[in-house]
Formats: sequence, structure tokens, C-alpha cells
Amino acid sequence: MASVASAIDARGVSKVFRGAGQDEVRALDHVSVAIRENEFFTLLGPSGCGKTTLLRLIAGFDFPTEGEILLYGDDIAMLPPYKRPVNTVFQNYALFPHMTVAQNIGFGLEMLGKPKDEIAGRVAEMLRLVRMEELKDRRTSQISGGQQQRVALARALAPRPKVLLLDEPLSALDYKLRKDMQIELKRLQHETGITFIFVTHDQEEALTMSDRIAVMSKGRILQIGSPRDIYERPAERFVANFIGETNMLKGKLGKVSKDLADVTLHAGPKLKATVPETLPASGEVTVVIRPEHARIAPGGKTAGLLKGELENIVFFGTDTHFHVKLNDGSPFIVRQQNASSEAPGLSIGSQVSIAVAENSARVLKD
Amino acid sequence: MATRSRKPFDLRAQPGFLFIAMICFFMLYLPIVTLVVFAFNAGESVAVWQGFSTRWFQSAWHNSQVQEAAWRTLYVATIAATGAAIMATMAALATTRTAGYRGLTFKYAFINQPLMVPEIVTAVALLIVFSRFKVWSGYTGIGYVLLAHTAFCIPFAYLPIRARLESMDLTLERAAADLYATPWNAFRRVTLPLLWPGILAGYMLAFVISLDDVVITEFVKSGGQETLPTYMLGQLRRVVTPEINAISSVFLALSILIVTLFFIVSRKRN
Repeated sequence: MASVASAIDARGVSKVFRGAGQDEVRALDHVSVAIRENEFFTLLGPSGCGKTTLLRLIAGFDFPTEGEILLYGDDIAMLPPYKRPVNTVFQNYALFPHMTVAQNIGFGLEMLGKPKDEIAGRVAEMLRLVRMEELKDRRTSQISGGQQQRVALARALAPRPKVLLLDEPLSALDYKLRKDMQIELKRLQHETGITFIFVTHDQEEALTMSDRIAVMSKGRILQIGSPRDIYERPAERFVANFIGETNMLKGKLGKVSKDLADVTLHAGPKLKATVPETLPASGEVTVVIRPEHARIAPGGKTAGLLKGELENIVFFGTDTHFHVKLNDGSPFIVRQQNASSEAPGLSIGSQVSIAVAENSARVLKD
Repeated sequence: MATRSRKPFDLRAQPGFLFIAMICFFMLYLPIVTLVVFAFNAGESVAVWQGFSTRWFQSAWHNSQVQEAAWRTLYVATIAATGAAIMATMAALATTRTAGYRGLTFKYAFINQPLMVPEIVTAVALLIVFSRFKVWSGYTGIGYVLLAHTAFCIPFAYLPIRARLESMDLTLERAAADLYATPWNAFRRVTLPLLWPGILAGYMLAFVISLDDVVITEFVKSGGQETLPTYMLGQLRRVVTPEINAISSVFLALSILIVTLFFIVSRKRN
């Protein structure tokens, strides 16, 4: 399968931190992941899941307790950071306050001992790339947060690293700027053709930007896949919960044919759900249904699958969320777009029925 | 509800505050003011005013012993402050750029030892050790004074340098390493330029401390190695003229200048 060496290939990487006493913290637990060349790869997970630790191991700020990290086939796990052709965009940018914007961007090239005119040329190119030409002689304290962000990017990209590491670089920006920078990052990745490894706890950011995502929790990678894969076919309960809003219903597994199975929900009749490669052991299963894959209608007469009482309506601008308490007591959320033609005249407290789109339900592994 | 004009606890509102404050103020500054005033006395007395004159400044200026002692004082202070600043920078780097470990607090205490051990104890100890050295080596030069001054200046230089290092963002050094800077280059291009105000502050503090040291110098110096403070001490044992006041006033002015510079430098942040 791996005819071309991966940009980064982590194999069985563990990192154990020893605390003050006898206790040790296993920040990474035998993590293996292959990141392809020219890929926008995201490590996604809540704080403390090990994503930043993995990034630090790739950057060389820390060394793995066990396992190897290959960069295009060479083990770099024990190299100091200044010997790795890998650059980092830091969460707080870490721009050098005693240097100008241009000096910051040229720093890496200078340290590599490049000739002066080559540095000047590349710095100019980078300034153009991040659209910062006018501010090149400013001190980094004299520019805004968004501009600092772009300088940090230019500085990390200037030495043309084989892999660019981004440690939650957008978390300090406000919403609007963050949206702009997301697009900017995608553009930069496309234009430079450099492999990006992006760390975030923001699932929306991960879904919009990534080619592939690795969802992490408690030092382990739970699932690796395209945003669509992860969103529509979550392998585990944690992934389903962490990525987007979701409904989880209990049911009994019936006949399985290929990748579809009959599930009898406790809250209502049968439906067909896609199943993972490894089926859960018991007949009791959890089924995931995304809120936008359900449609809500008034009354209990429609041949809807699920019936319940409408408890709340939350308006979100582009769409509306309907919070329903199903007849067996479990909660269920339906999301519908606010197209004017389909505003269902529903009132809180009324009986509703919910139809689930065909084959959109997913059986969880555990 | 009545509006409160003062904060719940305002020290200035306590009874006797003004009285105590005035006493402290006068005790601290009245003697100094008197000293400076009598430096300009036309007469020979340090207590009876006999008109304004700058003759004692002139006489001190032309006194070859004062000149020699003044130059020696500046020489010792310059060498000692430089040595102390370098040692303190290295010590500060070693104690801040490391993960915490058992014994680190002990190291702090060790470096700061001269601040805690009574100066007279250090002086006597140095006297005994150096007198042995002088016998063995035959060397009786200024080196002993330089060595002693450098040693007791280190903690004074260390404190501002360490404070500066601790407030520095560690990711800057990490970023330098990430951008292919070897540890030496990262230090030279990132840590040192950012640390510079701290080193300068430490240098000046050490300089002032060395400048007015009496006890250790008195014990360690050989014959003919008077510094300004030990010279003044020696003079006080003989005839006291306002020349001493004049020297003290210049000394005071120099110290104030350096301490002011120290505050300006240490307040300067990035």
C-alpha cells in the first residue's frame, strides 16, 4: 500500500510523563498514523487528548518514550528541533519581539546559512504570499493579532519545510477573523504544496479545512478518515458525540445483510442502518442519527418512525432546531433549514412525528 | 446609603500615621541633607555654618589620595560588576532553563548566600583564606579585592536577571530552535537580546554595591589599596573636615544616578 513514503509516519508512539510522585501520565498510548504528502491533516480532540503532545514530538520539542517517527522514511524521533526540516506555527505565534516583520520571516533562512540575496527574495515572496508587504518594517508589537498570525505563518513557511505544524493557531482570533484565516490557510496549503498538520479542538474548523482528520481521546487515535467519513460514519460513541450534534437511540440489532442492518428501536419501529466492519457483540446497539437527517411533521398521524412531544424550538438563523422528547423518554433533536416554504407550523407541547432519511442511521461499534 | 469616600481600609486614615511617616522621613533624610549642606561650608567645621564655598570640593578634587582611591573604586566596581553580571547570567540560565528538580531551591539559596551571611563573617573568612594565599603565592595585588567583590556582587546581579528570564516567553526560544537555530544561535539571537535589560540592571546594581563596600574591602585589601569608602573611614579617625562631606556628596550623586538608571532600565519592557 505504501509505495510512496508518507510525509510523516508515526509508529507505535507513546509518551509517558512522570509526575512529581510515583504517578505517571500516559499522554500518548501506542499511536500510529501515516500522514500523506501534501495533505491537510488535522489532529482533533478535546484538551488533554494528546494531540499537542504528538505535534511536539513531531516538532522535536519532546521525545517519545517509545515508538518511531518517520519523515519520508527517516526516523527523526530523537533529532533536536533545529535538525528537522519541519516548522511550527505556535498557538501564541511566538514572534520575536525585538525583530521586524521581515527579520522574523527571514530568521529560519538566516539560520540555515542561506545567502543574503536569496533570503531577501524569499522574504519578499513570503510577504506577498501572506499579503503583508506594507508592514515588513514594523515591529511585531505594532501589528494586529490577525497580522501577527500571518507573519507567524510566513516565518514558518519561508524555509520551505517538508511538513508544517500548526498548533491551534486560530484559537486567539475572533470569529470573523478565524473564518477568514481558515480560507487563507487552505489557500496557502494549496499554493505551497506543503503537508500541513493542524491541531485543533474545534470540530467545525477540522471539518471545513481538512483532507483527513484523526480524532483523538485519552492519548489514542479513535478514528482516521475524511471529514465526511468521520461525520457520517463515526466508529465510536466518542467520535459521534465529539463531531457535530447527534442523536443516539438504543435498539435491538436484527438481520444484517452486507453493510445494512435492521434495527428495532426502543422508541419506535424498525429502520435500516449502516453498520461498521466489526459488529457489536451483543444484540443491544446504539444507533446514531444526525439532526439534519430527520424531518419533523405535526401530529402523530403521519407514517413517521418516531413520535413524541415537541419541547423546545431554537432559532439559529440559517436553520431551526426542534427538541423533541420521544415516547420512550429519550431526547431527539431535528434540524431543519429555514427555507420559507417549509416552515412547519409547530407549537411547543404539541405531538410530532419524525421521519429519518433512508440509510442515514449508523450503528456504533460499542 | 452614604457614599464612601475612602476605601474600606485606608492606612492614611489610621491615627498617628502622618506623625510616624514624618519621623521616618526626617530620620532617613535629615542627616543626608545636613551632610550635603555642610559640604558647601566655608569653614573647617562639619557642624557650624560659616558661609557658602566650594573649596572642599576643590580640595578633594586635587587631593591625590582621593583621586587614587576614587579611580581604584571605579576600577574595582567595573571589573567586579562585569564578572558578577557574567556569572549571574550563567547562573540564572542554569536555574531557570531547566525542569524543576530536587535541590533547585537549595541552589537558589546557595547563589544568594552572600545576601544572608553577615558581611563581617564573610570578611573575616576571606581575610583568613587570603592571608594564607598571600603567604603561599607571594602575590599581594588588587586581585583579592576584585575576587571578593565579584563574589558578593553575584547575587545582586542574579536577582534582576533571573526575574527577566522567568518572565520571558519560553516558546520564543522554542521557535528559534524550530527555525534551525542551534542552542548557541538561539541564545545569541533571541535570548540574549531580550535578556539585555535584565543584565544591564544586574550590572548596575552590582556596580553600586561594589562601589560603597567598606567591610569586606577593609579586611581584604593590602597596604596602599584604599578605595574611596575605606579612605573615608580612615580619614574619619583623624581630622574631620567638610572635605569628607564633599566626597560623600559626589558619591551620593553618583549612586543616585546609577540607581535611577537601574530603575529606568528595569522598567523598560520589550
